[in-house]
Amino acid sequence: MHLSASKPAPMRLDVRHLSTFFDTDEGLVRSVADVSFSIHAGKTTALVGESGSGKSVTSLTLMHLLSRTASIQVSGQALFTSRAGETMDLLALPESAMRRIRGNEIAMIFQEPMTSLNPVFTVGEQIAESVRLHLGLDRQAALQHARRMLELVEIPAAAQRLHEYPHQLSGGMRQRVMIALAMACNPTLLIADEPTTALDVTIQAQILELMRRLQLETGMSILFITHNLGVVAHHADEVAVMYAGRIVEAAPVHDLFAKPLHPYTQGLLACLPAQQRRREQAGLQDKSRRRLYAIRGQVSSPLAPPPGCAFEPRCDQATSVCRNAMPELQTDPEHAQRQVRCVLFPGTPAAATAGAHA
Amino acid sequence: MKLPLTLRKLFRRRIVLIAAVCLGLVVMAALLANLITSFDPNETAVSQRLSAPNASHVLGTDELGRDLFARIAYGGRYSLAIAAMTAFGAIGLGTLLGLIAGFFRWLDTPIMRVVDAMMSFPDILLAIALVAILGPSMLNVVLALALVYTPRVARVVRASTLVVRELLFIEAARALGVSTARILWRHILPNLVSPILVQVSFIFAYAILAEAALSFLGVGVPPDIPTWGTMVAGSQQYAHQALWIVLFPGLAIILTALSLQLLGDGVRDLLDPRLKKSM
Repeated sequence: MHLSASKPAPMRLDVRHLSTFFDTDEGLVRSVADVSFSIHAGKTTALVGESGSGKSVTSLTLMHLLSRTASIQVSGQALFTSRAGETMDLLALPESAMRRIRGNEIAMIFQEPMTSLNPVFTVGEQIAESVRLHLGLDRQAALQHARRMLELVEIPAAAQRLHEYPHQLSGGMRQRVMIALAMACNPTLLIADEPTTALDVTIQAQILELMRRLQLETGMSILFITHNLGVVAHHADEVAVMYAGRIVEAAPVHDLFAKPLHPYTQGLLACLPAQQRRREQAGLQDKSRRRLYAIRGQVSSPLAPPPGCAFEPRCDQATSVCRNAMPELQTDPEHAQRQVRCVLFPGTPAAATAGAHA
Repeated sequence: MKLPLTLRKLFRRRIVLIAAVCLGLVVMAALLANLITSFDPNETAVSQRLSAPNASHVLGTDELGRDLFARIAYGGRYSLAIAAMTAFGAIGLGTLLGLIAGFFRWLDTPIMRVVDAMMSFPDILLAIALVAILGPSMLNVVLALALVYTPRVARVVRASTLVVRELLFIEAARALGVSTARILWRHILPNLVSPILVQVSFIFAYAILAEAALSFLGVGVPPDIPTWGTMVAGSQQYAHQALWIVLFPGLAIILTALSLQLLGDGVRDLLDPRLKKSM
């Protein structure tokens, strides 16, 4: 479903070579390594990966929200274009400027709606706080605004809910409140860190639908952080797959699902029960040997990364070349928007050597 | 009259209700001292000295013939005021220190080591030393006691701050662009109200006892101010001939301190049911 007619949307966020290191007692840990991706205005980019792949650290780095007690080293650039059209490097901004951006230009929703609301304030007060902070409204006007936000996120009896405390709301309701809170200042970029993971399936669908509607209405961009490929397929425009702190494959969503290039992406897709069923129906797999595919092994420790490709120890297609060096992220010569980090990919210099060896 | 649910829950335990009533009576007696007795607490009547409780002197008189009931009622004003100010001071300072130590990790060690050092002194010894330095006056007793109880509050508040600061809604607040000062004041402090409230009642009770102890040891409030402590202290040598002059102020101290402790227990159990002790 490509809209080829319109000219490419302007860039909202352009992350270039972002790396985040943690200085721990066991040594310097590279949690995010050389990550580059971009989000166009009004579009959704998904960061996909399993736990510990660095996707949350990426978003927290962008927001300057990593715990200040940890010793952190960040390098790279994150060029953000504000509402007014100014472009700035988020990573170079001082804290005071960042505070004006957080909640205002860039808002965030978290995985756990049960604990991301302050238990001692009513939801109205919490939404109003953000509005007063960034839009400078007075108390009454801010509460009015909060009520409109609750209506926007389809909370029934909003005027009454406004004066309720978080514990009086269900998980789905709380996530709606979180979204209202994030949307209150009409952000240009919404970072959604696994917003539906803690919710049950029917509520998940509602929340995703709500986010999609709000995106269409407000034209905001979304950075969607998730490990749920099903959600990605429905809601993202671009996908970046992360493994062990690096992007291993980046592509428009349809291309990625149609033809995953990296063995890790292929493995992830094979893990989906729906894919399994499709293979069975196509007669590719015997129904009697019904087992869900799982990528063997575990993510390698960031303290002792394998010498070559980080995925090599778990990769079914690994060859000896894979152990030599981390492959570069290559752009597909036939498709400018596709990138992959694997020696098996044709255009990769190492692939030629691999062929020569074989 | 229907009490709010919280209060009804609090008073479901009879002992807490009794404690609250006793405390209420003590406070009322102190506040309304000039209405419930016609005697001047400092008026001496040597002819009446050391008279046993009787129709005109309900609790008897002391060694100078002063009416004991009047002195206990008026003394309650001082004792309760000293205790209240102590609790207020200790809570204020302790909360500030605990909040800062718990939130700003680099200030944690310097603040908490000083706090630990202060806690390593016995309470009364530290209070005596402080009063000795500051000089004996009512305000200095309050100051000394407040300093003595500050570490207790600081530790409780720090511990709770460490828990609350890691909760997701603090990160969420920061993601909304809320400043650090505002996060401390608006997002962390309100979540610490329960442990602080419990500390208030305990420190109030400790302060009543400590003031009495300091006065008894002669380093507290100057003896011309009637507090329960100075009353017990001043009359100890007559105790063998007139037991009541030690007994009644002592009972006032015990009743008030015990009521406060029980009430504090009740409040704590109400706010944190996991800590409930079987009584």
